[in-house]
Amino acid sequence: MVSGPIKNDMSSKSRLASPEAGAEIAAPTAPLRLQAAKWPDLLAFAIFLGLLILLVLRGASAMDYNWQWTRMMPYIVRNVDGQLIPGLLLKGLRVTLEISFFAMLIALPLGLATALLNLSKRPVSVFIARLYIELIRNTPILLQILIFYFIVAKVIGIDRWWAGVLTLALYEGAFAAEIIRGAILAVSRGQWEAAASLPLGRIDTYRFIVLPQALPLMVPPLTGVLVNVVKHSSIVSVIAIFDLTNEGRSIATDTFMSFEVWLTVAALYLIVTVSLSLVAAWLERKLEHGSST
Amino acid sequence: MNRPENDMLQSSPAIEMIDVHKWFGNFHALKGVTLSVGAGERVVICGPSGSGKSTLIRSINGLEPHDAGRITVNGFTLTENQRDLFAVRREVGMVFQQFNLFPHLTVLENCVLAQTRSRGRTREEAESIAMEYLHRVRIPEQAGKYPARLSGGQQQRVAIARSLCMQPKVMLFDEPTSALDPEMISEVLDVMTDLASSGMTMVCVTHEMGFARRVADRIVFMDEGIIVEDDVPSRFFESPTSARARQFLSQILAH
Repeated sequence: MVSGPIKNDMSSKSRLASPEAGAEIAAPTAPLRLQAAKWPDLLAFAIFLGLLILLVLRGASAMDYNWQWTRMMPYIVRNVDGQLIPGLLLKGLRVTLEISFFAMLIALPLGLATALLNLSKRPVSVFIARLYIELIRNTPILLQILIFYFIVAKVIGIDRWWAGVLTLALYEGAFAAEIIRGAILAVSRGQWEAAASLPLGRIDTYRFIVLPQALPLMVPPLTGVLVNVVKHSSIVSVIAIFDLTNEGRSIATDTFMSFEVWLTVAALYLIVTVSLSLVAAWLERKLEHGSST
Repeated sequence: MNRPENDMLQSSPAIEMIDVHKWFGNFHALKGVTLSVGAGERVVICGPSGSGKSTLIRSINGLEPHDAGRITVNGFTLTENQRDLFAVRREVGMVFQQFNLFPHLTVLENCVLAQTRSRGRTREEAESIAMEYLHRVRIPEQAGKYPARLSGGQQQRVAIARSLCMQPKVMLFDEPTSALDPEMISEVLDVMTDLASSGMTMVCVTHEMGFARRVADRIVFMDEGIIVEDDVPSRFFESPTSARARQFLSQILAH
């Protein structure tokens, strides 16, 4: 019985990895496995990476591509009179981070509220939550941002920046809602019953009993959502917001250095998303440690 | 063991169940149960598995809402209204087979939380009451530990203390020793025996027939959703009237 709750946690974690969210959940933990890798794995990885680079270089030389990596530097940082100022790509990255930050700031409470509505016993609340989740998950995000920008933003009078943030927040909020709901349902029924019998009220039960136990279960899959916000934020380029992707596109069009530009843009996205995954992994370990001692 | 407040029995029962029915889908789990438990009375409910004894005890504090009939606890009637439900649960403590301690809180915090949230006590008051009851279940030294560090018997004693901290009028026990290793059963039964001698109204679903014989004022035997026998322990164990009770007793006492 002492091992009971722990076993329960493990099984619920795997239960959370539902097919629809599976890919997103698996991704963020992948870089961590490198830490535990043995040298034959690393060797295989090095050979694979070498072959990949070779393939790109050969392809480029077959196309007679003229590599101009040195010309990329000013788009990252520029030296103006001895002062370093951010280049266009870093400015774009900043916009991407700002939009992602505010989108996530809205998406998490939205997801929590939707999950609670979905779990309530009132049919109307459940209907509203399901309607929102199914509408968002079953239409293309590109269509959503166009509808938001050309219709909703005009009706409620917000600018394109907020239209982009809200579209992303609504989109990721729907996925967060399902993750949070799954984590709440994974807390054992006995916990609810013990709280109800004491008695604790419904809000106190969520606040002091259920959510603290659900939180460690949510963190890994919510990291996937966080990474997705950053990646999906590139969609705002279609409503003429100059984020990292859009800056990349305009530089590539101006300079014809498409290989260098897009590879740099990809590297910048990777730096952000991998860092987020690492922070989340650290947080996850901390939460697990805290709940078991 | 004498019942301390015999005269309370006549005035108003602590628990009154009248013609209570419960369905799980098509399964008729409780088929018109009528049961009255007086203040200070100790009632043990037994019966084969699937007889509805767990459903019965869980309906007393509304964990299993009943579908028909009437349940009243200390004058509060259970309805679908959340406020009535809360009022009944304030009168009733419950101990579960699986302990159900809160794993992310220490033993002390397990005992303090509901006191401060639902009884309006200050943290200091709640902690001193919690320590008092942890003393009573004989594990004050475990107050700072997390439940996972305790044995099953210790966890169940904490669960009892956690319920007592709310100072309920009635305690419900749903197979409190069924998940325990044999060597830990007696430490929990001892605490329950102490509690019984302090005059607490208790309803207990258990297979511990020795405990039932020693502590219970009445034994209620259930089978297939109805109360088959309701008698004092001596008559129930020595001369059960129904064939089903005789069969149950021979099976449970045989091993």
